[in-house]
Amino acid sequence: MDSVYAALVEIVGQDYVSTRTEELFTYSKDLGTSEPQWPDYVAAPATAGQVSRIVQMANEKNVAVVPLGGGLSLAGLALPLKGGIELDLKRMNRILELNEKGRYVVVEVGTSHGKLTAHLHKHAPHLMHSEPGAPPAATIGGNLAIHGQGDLGHPYGFNSDMVSGMEVVLPTGEICRFGSCALGNSWYTLHPLPDVSMFMGWSGSTGIITKVSLRLFPCKKIHEQDAFVVENEDLVPEILYELTHVGMAEDMMVVSQEIPPPFNRLHYVLINISGDSRKELEFKRQLMFDDRLYKYIQEGTGGIGAGGQEVPRPVVSKTSDWRKGGGFEYVGAIMPVASYPECYRSGVEISGRHGIPYTTLGRVLGSGHSMMFSWTFAFNRADEDTVRHARQALHETDERVLELGGTLWKPAVFGQKLLMDRMDDGTLQMMKKVKHMLDPNGIMNPGNWEVA
Amino acid sequence: MFEFQFDESKCHSCETRDCMTRCQYMDLDAEAAAIEMEKLISGQDSRVLHECRTCYACEEYCPAGNHPFYLIVKRQEELGIAPLPDPIIRQGIQVGVPFRGDPEITEINGPVLNMGVFSPLTRLIQGKLFEGLTRISTDSRKMHHFFCQLMYLHFARTSVINERLPGVIETISAYKPTEVVHFHDECYGTYTSYAPAFGIEVPFRSIHLFEHLYNRLNELRDEIRPVNYKVAYQRPCSSRLSPDAHGYVDKIFDLIGAEHVSRRYVDENALCCGSTIVSQKQEGSRRFCLELQEKNIGDMKQAGAELCIFNCPACMQTMGKQVAENGIMPIWMSDLCRMAIGETPA
Repeated sequence: MDSVYAALVEIVGQDYVSTRTEELFTYSKDLGTSEPQWPDYVAAPATAGQVSRIVQMANEKNVAVVPLGGGLSLAGLALPLKGGIELDLKRMNRILELNEKGRYVVVEVGTSHGKLTAHLHKHAPHLMHSEPGAPPAATIGGNLAIHGQGDLGHPYGFNSDMVSGMEVVLPTGEICRFGSCALGNSWYTLHPLPDVSMFMGWSGSTGIITKVSLRLFPCKKIHEQDAFVVENEDLVPEILYELTHVGMAEDMMVVSQEIPPPFNRLHYVLINISGDSRKELEFKRQLMFDDRLYKYIQEGTGGIGAGGQEVPRPVVSKTSDWRKGGGFEYVGAIMPVASYPECYRSGVEISGRHGIPYTTLGRVLGSGHSMMFSWTFAFNRADEDTVRHARQALHETDERVLELGGTLWKPAVFGQKLLMDRMDDGTLQMMKKVKHMLDPNGIMNPGNWEVA
Repeated sequence: MFEFQFDESKCHSCETRDCMTRCQYMDLDAEAAAIEMEKLISGQDSRVLHECRTCYACEEYCPAGNHPFYLIVKRQEELGIAPLPDPIIRQGIQVGVPFRGDPEITEINGPVLNMGVFSPLTRLIQGKLFEGLTRISTDSRKMHHFFCQLMYLHFARTSVINERLPGVIETISAYKPTEVVHFHDECYGTYTSYAPAFGIEVPFRSIHLFEHLYNRLNELRDEIRPVNYKVAYQRPCSSRLSPDAHGYVDKIFDLIGAEHVSRRYVDENALCCGSTIVSQKQEGSRRFCLELQEKNIGDMKQAGAELCIFNCPACMQTMGKQVAENGIMPIWMSDLCRMAIGETPA
């Protein structure tokens, strides 16, 4: 018997290891435009201890290890580019502690956002966490590994800014904790100890996150979405500036897309607000619409497009259902809010060149400190020509992001290389040192964030 | 393209000026109304063009059937005085653009029920009340081919209606219907009021949903069990184009044992749901809309309504939640009727 396979069986048990073609096939695929990449083994550990033993064994045998959460990044970030062990973390899905008064929850890394939301609805309906704009199967760990963002992005920023503690298995097998939990205390804060947490945003190439403490936030009784619509994209940054000044929204996105027609060449500023009463909601609406946005309504350049709607989710995946074949992938970038008009125009231009209906979305992070801007390209999975166009459009958009002064978010390997080509050399060398120090044999998600 | 049939002499000889003096949102006496109407007739700017809330009610108030509201909208467009901000107008106009292929049409040669642009609500049209009617526009991907376009009266765009409406009429006519029951007041008003006013030919006979419901309930009279609810009715703006059909509301309530509560804002004094007003450019429109809704729902509560009956999806979407939060159950007219014959509401 294959010694790696035997070792995996010994660690996680026969039922949780596979080399069967049909199962490897499933793990070889990504939902985006990436070419299939086949793992040699799939293993599903249940504990941090098992993860530790697997990476120790992988170091000994010099086998790659690729951690996998929900597998929903669309950028192929959990595909085994160099084969090896696909480490499916979804069995590690226990919710370990809910601290209501301290407003945090400790979960295992494979816990899905949907499960956590359901748990909170049942056990602490007055609390919520930030769900990303992804299907509920997206995992907490996967989202942190890519610096995800979602609900509450306007007041609180990235999901990775909402972490109060972490447990990580290093590539060499040590189990480390970061934050107050490292002192044996409860998992209530990540700060103020020296910052040695170098795992978020690395797509699992510096270690495997196994437990996370997430901040929870007040969950009001009523959640609604309003829309403010403008035709001139140049107005969007100043409208967001006005709205972030009053800080009443839980989430703010700007959507423009060719299909369906009501969204074409218009910009919908979607404003999610919440309140425990109608009075609270109305107070917020007065500040936003009557005080800050009235001038646009009066001059006729902006208007209330909808009010009091249910908050839909997820957003991005729906927008790409307008083309036969059901495939889509997007470039996400963290951009200055001021660059919204150029981002939008680029989306229209690049999509048009590839015969793809344009779809753009910007999500405000913090008080307008930045925005996650996405350019989505739909394709027909059964039509290789449309896949090729989408892939090319993605690459062109990656390059355009950098020209516009943006930073690629969860970039695929192509985008990672673009970023590292432009990166300040000192920073690049430090990344190299960090990677080498933590992962001396280069077994962790090889192919990603590899500094030449 | 089409000629608006407006008879100035009727206005010149009008003594009441009801179209403006009875307006619930503008304060004009008969003398001021006469002056403003003259301005409208001669194509001059008028405060009416800026202050109109586009509730359609003046169409009903006009004792001569002379279409004052259509005149207002036409002048708003000609003079570029839109009640709504430009992006909202563009959004609205784009709503009616078909984008997912053409509908498959087969000749019916019988009565049809036209869902218009509300195909997602086809679930409401089921059971004994709708037996014998072939539904058209049941596919939400194709429903824009059946969109009557009348909504653009709120947008100061009779030009859009006139450009698109003949194609919609052609689509419906292709089914060869013997008569068309319209799910929505707005469609009925389009084919029975707007189209004749603009000289647009409609080759099919239109029937209001309420007339159909009333007739079917009469046929099923033996199965009716009084619902014994106290009900209020949220009258939609487009109902002002067919005041004759509005009479069926009370007839239906009487037939099914619903008590139509006595209210201040009812029938000709009904208040707009506010779905358009909230976005208008006039200062304070959003607050005005809220106050209007509070006044309207407060009136329902005070009158002791247990249910609020809707027929317009826009009214339901705009007010349904608030009505429910005030302890009054929002319900569709078709569902209320179905309950009366022992069926389960959708």
